[in-house]
Amino acid sequence: MSVDMFAEPVPGLRAETVAGVAARRLVVVGNGMVGQRLVDAVRERDTEQRWQITVVGEEPRPAYDRVALTSYLTGTSAEELSLVSEDCYDGERCVLHLGEPAVAIDRDTRTVTTATGRVVEYDALVLATGSRPFVPPVPGADLDGCFVYRTIDDLDAIRERAASARVGAVVGGGLLGLEAANALRSLGVETHVVEFAPRLMPAQVDQGGGEMLRRAVESLGLDVHVDTATEQLTALDDGRLRMNFAGGVVLDVDLVVFSAGIRPRDELARTCGLDLGERGGVQVDDACRTADPAIWAIGECALAGGTIYGLVAPGYEMAEVVADRLVGGTAAFTDCDTSTKLKLLGVDVASFGDAHGATPGALDVVYADPVAGVYKKLVLTDDASTVLGGVLVGDASSYAALRTLVGQPLPDTPEQLLMAGPSTSSLDDAAQVCTCQNVSAGAIRTAIADDGCCDVASVKTCTKAGTVCGSCVPLIKTLLAQSGVEASTALCEHFDLSRAELFDAIRVTGLRSFSDIVAGHGRGRGCDICKPVVASILASLGSGHILDGEQAALQDTNDHFLANLQRNGTYSVVPRIPGGELTPEKLIVIGEVARDFGLYTKITGGQRIDLFGARVEQLPIIWRRLVDAGFESGHAYGKALRTVKSCVGSTWCRYGVQDSTSLAIMLELRYRGLRSPHKIKAGVSGCARECAEARGKDFGIIASDCGWNLYLGGNGGFNPRHAQLFASDLDTDELVRLIDRFLMFYVRTADRLQRTSAWLEALNDEHGDGLAYLRRVIVDDELGICADLDAAMDTHVDTYADEWAAVLDDDEKLRRFVSFVNAPDVPDPSIRFVTEREQIRPADPDPDPDPDPDPATGPVPIAGAQLEVVRR
Amino acid sequence: MMPDSLAPVSDVLQRVAPDTRGAGRNGWVDVCGYDALSLERGAAALVGGVQIALFRTYDGGIYAISNRDPFSGAYVLARGIVGNRGEAPTVSSPMHKQVFDLRTGRCLDDPDVAVMVYRVRVTHGRVEVYTGSEAAA
Ligand SMILES: Cc1cc2nc3c(=O)[nH]c(=O)nc-3n(C[C@H](O)[C@H](O)[C@H](O)COP(=O)(O)OP(=O)(O)OC[C@H]3O[C@@H](n4cnc5c(N)ncnc54)[C@H](O)[C@@H]3O)c2cc1C
Ligand code: SF4
Ligand code: FES
Repeated sequence: MSVDMFAEPVPGLRAETVAGVAARRLVVVGNGMVGQRLVDAVRERDTEQRWQITVVGEEPRPAYDRVALTSYLTGTSAEELSLVSEDCYDGERCVLHLGEPAVAIDRDTRTVTTATGRVVEYDALVLATGSRPFVPPVPGADLDGCFVYRTIDDLDAIRERAASARVGAVVGGGLLGLEAANALRSLGVETHVVEFAPRLMPAQVDQGGGEMLRRAVESLGLDVHVDTATEQLTALDDGRLRMNFAGGVVLDVDLVVFSAGIRPRDELARTCGLDLGERGGVQVDDACRTADPAIWAIGECALAGGTIYGLVAPGYEMAEVVADRLVGGTAAFTDCDTSTKLKLLGVDVASFGDAHGATPGALDVVYADPVAGVYKKLVLTDDASTVLGGVLVGDASSYAALRTLVGQPLPDTPEQLLMAGPSTSSLDDAAQVCTCQNVSAGAIRTAIADDGCCDVASVKTCTKAGTVCGSCVPLIKTLLAQSGVEASTALCEHFDLSRAELFDAIRVTGLRSFSDIVAGHGRGRGCDICKPVVASILASLGSGHILDGEQAALQDTNDHFLANLQRNGTYSVVPRIPGGELTPEKLIVIGEVARDFGLYTKITGGQRIDLFGARVEQLPIIWRRLVDAGFESGHAYGKALRTVKSCVGSTWCRYGVQDSTSLAIMLELRYRGLRSPHKIKAGVSGCARECAEARGKDFGIIASDCGWNLYLGGNGGFNPRHAQLFASDLDTDELVRLIDRFLMFYVRTADRLQRTSAWLEALNDEHGDGLAYLRRVIVDDELGICADLDAAMDTHVDTYADEWAAVLDDDEKLRRFVSFVNAPDVPDPSIRFVTEREQIRPADPDPDPDPDPDPATGPVPIAGAQLEVVRR
Repeated sequence: MMPDSLAPVSDVLQRVAPDTRGAGRNGWVDVCGYDALSLERGAAALVGGVQIALFRTYDGGIYAISNRDPFSGAYVLARGIVGNRGEAPTVSSPMHKQVFDLRTGRCLDDPDVAVMVYRVRVTHGRVEVYTGSEAAA
């Protein structure tokens, strides 16, 4: 087939390719998920650069991952959501105009006009305008305080309103409505869900599943109103909104989010005379082409095969079809899988295939456990031989595997399938593992075997599987494991165990010396990787002072000298200042110590004071003075709890709703000295204004009107992450217990140098939704370890002692704080400072390093590898 | 200016030829008691103006290398973690974790770099380093 399958463009208007050959002009309206996929697909296939691409997009930013939109509220940045690679729009072959909606199509002149008056000519035009949220025609639905949930701009507006809101409502209890409700809740808003139908998620689940879902959702603190029609909204004098329901019931709220379905954005097609479906949608054939051969429509604005798909996977499929056609292929769009799985408020919900049993004679096999909140249904053919579809609520762990069975003969009894899920060993090569990206088990096996993919990340890059909704990641892992390439978790050459395994081994065996541990579980004499890990594990298990006996030899230099090594071999000293609260007297002591020892002094980001430039032999004298004045080690040198940053909160601040400072001090004193896989930072803010930047911390607490909201897994640094809401409106005891368990579970199971954010991401990969899994472990006690975690933390709190005070009382430990074994009081001559802004800073290292040895007394170097070292 | 044979030596492993600079002299100088060294840990010593890092390994071995970390220029190798890599007894720089073979001074993470190795022995419970002068002993 030739590419010139539709009429010739107007001569003379063609753009030129680099090679001087006339290029054809492709114009794409809409830079959403599907429009961008089309551009990527065309660029990939059009190796001869026959198409010159122009994209006009209405939104102010390039395409982003709308499926993951909600994560924007829980810390993911707009940049992270972007779907556009850096080199996509080069301004020549591929051009993007943003913030410029197309307003008219002229099919005669083959031009598109944008809102700024720009006129773009096309040889092929692709409409990828998506859909708009449907707002029911309720009087007052356009009042201030009413929102929809579709774009990043929508979310910005909602977030702004939510900052001062107490109560909100979501109209619509479907998939997106519940997602929006969850988002509102995460913003600290008391949230109501109003659904017209008699159950939640009417399109996906049946009445039984809907009932289970309602209970689960309510138990998480949302108010659900099913069978409820919203008749009118009225503005109240105080700026709030009154929702009037059928039957005279009212609900006063601060904001309303409409999420009552979507409608295709087909207005451009309508005004230029293209055919639309009865219920809207641009009518296309199986090539996704409209009746005008130069115009195509894909994604949510298209009506393909009589269906408007509200999911991204069919849209991607359409984009691939059109890209193929544009380079001369014959691909066709076929009926598409509409399986869905989502994770709401920790409740898994999934439906796949013929979930409602619409096939004549279909049989239902239902398993329901109201106590555990689990509802599972399999839909089978009338002879119970073939899987047609199913619904999972409360436990969707077998979703990815069950989904691959649709249309397949039952591999097991239906009960077995519902209870345990299908075994994945026999996964057919043709089985579709990733429905979002349409990737089969065979394609993933090929990527593993032929392209050398050895972990989930490389399979994602190579096949795109797992990159949209992520629900197939567990299956990808299974396939990786089956091919035996799952990356080694061995710590180093001395231990085959991972850190978590080693932790358990040490905990269970009670071994407490490195020699015993390496003899029992490893080999050799250790290294700078495993020794600090063992040291940290022993410290977490409460094995006395970190410099006791053999433990001392395991410590990194920072822990070994209880101070932070700086670039010139000196150390810095950071006394603990819990919550950043400091009396003037103590502040003066710090000032005096710094002055007397000539230390460079700087305020840290964690609300304390760092004193730089101390030599090893000065550390004990400096600490003597600090300890005498009531200071303790700040563990700035350790992989341990660092600080709990706080704002002044309700004691001083006129906006504060809780006493954040007192809480921060209490928490810092509780967890001080806790050793962990990586440093741990925390923050407490006294109100939603978040002055303590708590969401940038491993655990962050933000005061709400009625308690504390707990956020987990944030960090600053190289790869900043916002912490995610874990629980709301906790009282202080509840809060502390959750943090206890979170920290202990992290300490026990994380990898070496894995911050809490990375640990949670790893839990995501392993369990689908890391936060939900964490909730099951530390709230529902699914693993039965909570009592143990609590006891471990209680032991930590009871046995805490200041490391520096202990050193000062122990001559044996003090012995190591000397500059030279044979000249303990001689300062290291290589340490030199210069003055800058009235303080010291290290002089640049000497380019000609070794001082000339004294000819009479200097040691004689043995250079090179040939000479043997004289041994005892 | 120092006599040529005592000129400061570079940390970079260029001189692999057998070194004769100490030839003909026999000066073992006392540094410290063997007990002053902790097991599997280093200690810095100052010998004739040169900073040496002494290490006592698990099998009773004793090693002396330059205390200067050639990557950062700071005198800190004595404060690194002692262990092994394969057959080699090692110390890893506390600054940026490069690992050095205590027997040869060679950096195992960067074959172009090595640090000086010094002769060291233990006699009568004392650690001694070989220096240029009998008088010093
Ligand atoms: C919160 C949320 C969660 C979701 N979760 C899932 C999920 O879990 N699984 C799933 O499969 N799907 C999910 N979806 C649906 C999925 O996001 C859509 O199916 C997908 O984005 C459709 O892509 P599209 O390109 O057709 O439309 P869009 O991504 O909406 O892109 C259309 C773009 O075109 C622009 N546009 C419209 N008119 C014009 C014009 N005249 N000129 C220029 N530009 C124009 C729009 O501004 C928009 O940027 C979710 C959607 C939302 C909102
Ligand atoms: S977070 Fe709130 S309470 Fe704390 S200082 Fe800021 S405005 Fe005040
Ligand atoms: S099934 Fe959604 S990313 Fe694979």
